[in-house]
Amino acid sequence: MGAIARALANSITTGGVVQASAINNTSVSSVTALPSGVDTGDLVLISSQTASSSASIEFTSGLDSTYDSYVFKFINCHPQNDGRYLKFQFSTDGGSTYTVNMTTTFFNAIHSEDDTSYALLQYETGLDVAQSYPADLIGSVGNDNDENLCGTFQLFNPSSTTFVKHFISRISSSHDFPMANDNFVAGYANTTSAINGIKFNFHTGNIDAGTISLYGVKKS
Amino acid sequence: MGIITRSFVNGLTTNGVLGASNINNASLNNITSISGPEMTLISSATASNSASIEFSLGNYKEYQFFFVNIHQSIDQAYFQVNFSTDNGSNYNVTKTTSAFNAFHTEADSDEFVYASTTDVAQSTANANLSILTGNGNDENQSGYLHLFNSSSATFVKHFISDLQCNYRVGLPASVNYKVAGYANTTSALTNIKFEFSEGNIDAGTIYMYGIGA
Repeated sequence: MGAIARALANSITTGGVVQASAINNTSVSSVTALPSGVDTGDLVLISSQTASSSASIEFTSGLDSTYDSYVFKFINCHPQNDGRYLKFQFSTDGGSTYTVNMTTTFFNAIHSEDDTSYALLQYETGLDVAQSYPADLIGSVGNDNDENLCGTFQLFNPSSTTFVKHFISRISSSHDFPMANDNFVAGYANTTSAINGIKFNFHTGNIDAGTISLYGVKKS
Repeated sequence: MGIITRSFVNGLTTNGVLGASNINNASLNNITSISGPEMTLISSATASNSASIEFSLGNYKEYQFFFVNIHQSIDQAYFQVNFSTDNGSNYNVTKTTSAFNAFHTEADSDEFVYASTTDVAQSTANANLSILTGNGNDENQSGYLHLFNSSSATFVKHFISDLQCNYRVGLPASVNYKVAGYANTTSALTNIKFEFSEGNIDAGTIYMYGIGA
């Protein structure tokens, strides 16, 4: 028996079952779908986009009636320019226009690295919107090599043709003044038309790097 | 060496590890479970002019409830929660909560306050999860509530909620209402109930997910 065959044989039980030692991640790299009986969880990745000096990131597919709740996760989004505000806006025509009015609330908790300059909780009257677009998701994020923002944005039932569309967001960002910035934004898109597109961008300059992933939360 | 054996062996690494050509989708047909999903939909309930929506609780380390387009039958009512330790016979668990909200009208005035009139302190009555909200045709509230380790026989039971609402007492506004607190009991919570302070839940769906079984 050759060495390979012997190694494999040692990984097979007397019942002829292949043991875990015979299979690793590479072994299953050709598997693209699991049997229907396997429970894969109820948070489903729909799509993911990674910025590379991108003017914006848009999702114009995947927002429909499949799910009642959609979750966007921001991972290490980094602006090209210092002190930028992340904004978003909705579309009801598949991304041709982004002109849906929103009313939002915006407050944040900030704490400076020097422990003395800033430590407060505040409502940000300059960062909310009233019947307008786009809306802000964070105060300011710096563009030092290690500065970025991460967080979550949840959108409820965007395909409804009855109700306004509520959303809740919480994003942590490293401010261009060295401090932690915990940003809380919530509001509604004041339309009874179905929302089928969303765009994220900094108020000026590009999204230098970072990933935004869109998940659906299963409803059955 | 037969064709089958040769093909199989050609897919192996020198250490005897199966290669990609040794396994395809059909190879996994007998697998019925994999390492636990992080979040599992347990049940959901859609209101139809319902007095309340109730769920039975089990042994998950965390429950997450998603509220989607909750619409009330009566204008200006509070959306509320309570718990049971006796399988739903009584909803009267003692609770202490904190509550604050950000408020921004469509006419661009704003307020950011601690909601001292809507929190509860050692109360067995329902705890508010939202401010007084409207029942206009397009008005509703959506959000979530996390409930942690509800089956513990040792600890009080913490919960955190975040509701995004339409406020309408003379002026339309966006209200983000945040509540956190604890059910002050070391008995296991067996049930949870959601309802409005007045009137029914006209429409809307509540989803119940379990995390970390």
